[in-house]
Amino acid sequence: MSFDVQKVRADFPVLAELINGKPLVYLDSANTSQKPNAVIDAMTHFMQHGYAPTNRSAYQLAAEATDKFEGARAKVAAFINAPKVHEVIYTKNATEALNLIVRSWGTANLSAGDAVVLTHMEHHANIVPWQMLAAERGFTIRWVPLTSDGLLDLSNLSTLLDGAKAFSFTAMSNVLGTINPTAELCAAAHKAGAIAIVDACQAVPHMPTDVQAWDADFVTFSSHKMVGPSGLGILWGREALLDAMPPFLGGGNMISDVKLEGFTYAELPAKFEAGTQPVIEAIGLGAAVDYLSAIGMDNVRAHEQDITVLALNSLNDRFGSDITIHGSTDAALRGATISFAYRDVHPHDISQVLDQNNVCVRAGHHCAKPLMRLLGANATVRASFYLYNTPSDVTALCDALSEAGDFFTL
Amino acid sequence: MPGLEDLYREIILDHYKSPRNRGSLEPPAVRSEGHNPLCGDEIEVFLIIKDGIVDDIKIGGQGCSISQSSASMMSAAVKGKPVEQARALIHRFKHMMSIDEGGEEPDTSAPLGDLEALQGVVKFPVRIKCAVLSWNTLAEALDIAAE
Repeated sequence: MSFDVQKVRADFPVLAELINGKPLVYLDSANTSQKPNAVIDAMTHFMQHGYAPTNRSAYQLAAEATDKFEGARAKVAAFINAPKVHEVIYTKNATEALNLIVRSWGTANLSAGDAVVLTHMEHHANIVPWQMLAAERGFTIRWVPLTSDGLLDLSNLSTLLDGAKAFSFTAMSNVLGTINPTAELCAAAHKAGAIAIVDACQAVPHMPTDVQAWDADFVTFSSHKMVGPSGLGILWGREALLDAMPPFLGGGNMISDVKLEGFTYAELPAKFEAGTQPVIEAIGLGAAVDYLSAIGMDNVRAHEQDITVLALNSLNDRFGSDITIHGSTDAALRGATISFAYRDVHPHDISQVLDQNNVCVRAGHHCAKPLMRLLGANATVRASFYLYNTPSDVTALCDALSEAGDFFTL
Repeated sequence: MPGLEDLYREIILDHYKSPRNRGSLEPPAVRSEGHNPLCGDEIEVFLIIKDGIVDDIKIGGQGCSISQSSASMMSAAVKGKPVEQARALIHRFKHMMSIDEGGEEPDTSAPLGDLEALQGVVKFPVRIKCAVLSWNTLAEALDIAAE
C-alpha cells in the first residue's frame, strides 16, 4: 500500500485547526500523538451504542461490551506479535506498567546483593521505580553508558550484565531518538541469566514491533503515543513470568475468591487488572491499532525516516554551527525525535517564539534528567515527527527557529 | 493573542544578557536551591543577612530568559533592603503574577522599577513559574537565615 501523508492528515481533525488564524504545526508526538477520526468515532460510537461493564454482568449489552474490550486486547496482541492474548495486560499508562513489573516481579526476585542494569538514556519511568525498590531492598543499579554520538556504549555490556537479574532499557530514546538493538540486548541479558525488560513507548508507535523476534520478557508502551487515547498503557509479559508473579494492585476484578481469611487471585490477565478497567480507552486503542495496521508500520517507519533525513539536513544546512543536534546523525539508527540546542538561546525561549507560529515542540528535560546531565544541558528543544508530519512542517520549524534567532540576537 | 514584545521587554533581555549579582557566596552565607521540574530551570540564591538587612545576595543556576532576568532584577531590588521589605516585595511580586497566597493585599504604592517589565508574563501563564522560581527560592533562603 502506498503512503499518502495528505490522506493521513485528513484523518486527524485537529491538524485542520487554525490557531490565531494560522495552521497547527504539531511536532510533539514523542510526548503524545494526535488522534484520528477512526479512534474518536470508535470511542464515541461505543459510548453511544454499546457501553456497559465488562467481565461482570450477564446481560447482552455487558456481554457485547466485554467482547469488544477483549477484542481490543487481541488486536494489541497481534500488533506486537504476542504469543498469547492473555499476556497483554491493560494498565493506567506505561509508567504504571513499569511500576507493575518492578513492584511485582522485582519484589519477588530482588534483594540485597542483586543487581539490575539500566542505561543512561532511560526515561524517569524506567529509573525511579527501580530506585524506589532498591532503597527498600538494597540491590544495586548499574548503568550502561553512552557513546559521544548518543548510542549505547556496549563495549562493557557483558561485565555490566554479569550476575544481574534484570536488564531494563528503552527500545528508542525519547530524547536522542536513538533506536537501540533490542534483540541483541535481550540476547545479551539472557546470556547473563537476566530477564530483558523493554520500554517500548517510543518504538511501538513508530515501527513494526515483534516481541517474539526481540525475545523480550516484558514490553511496556502507551496508547496515547500511538494515536490512541490517554489513560491506558500496555504491559506484555511472558506467561510463565506473569503467572509466577504476585498481583500488583488488589481489589475487584483481580480476585478468584475472597474470604475473611484471605483471597485467591484470578487468572491472567485479570490478575493484574484490579478495579473497573479503561474500557472506552481500550476500544479506542483497538481502533488505533486497526488504523496503524491498515497504513502499515513499515510505511510509518519509512515515512518518518524520510522526514528525519530532511529535518536533519535542513537544520544543518540552515543553521550550521549555530545548531547542535544531540544524538546520531544517521537516520537508520534513529527515529524522528530530534533534540537540539540553538546557539545559547534557552529552549524555553525558543519554544515561546515557535509557539507564536503554532510550531509545537517540547522544551525541557523530557523526563530524562540523568541523560540531560550527560549532555551538559538542563533542557533541550525537542521536535518529534510522526506519520502525519510533512516536509512543510520541517520548513515551518526552520523558519520559526530562524525568527527565534533574530529575536534573541544578543 | 499577546505578542512576543509583551513578554520579552527590552529591560528583561538586558538583565538576561547582563545578569546582576551573579555568582556565589561562601558560608556563613545561606544557600537555597529552586527547581522548576517542568522545564529544568535551576536557581541558587546565596544570602548574607546582617542586622536585619540583606547585606549581600548572589544568584547561581541556569534557565530561560524569564527565570534568569527575574532573578537578576530580584537580587538588585532586595540588596541592601531590610528583610521585612524583601518579604513584602516577594508577596507583591507573586501577587503581580496572579499568585494568591492569602494575607493582605500588597502595598503597591512604591514604584517597582525594572520589575514592572515582568508584568507581561501574566499573559503567558506557562511562564509564570519561570518568573516566580527565584522569588520562592529567596523566600526559602530568608527562612533558612531566620532559623
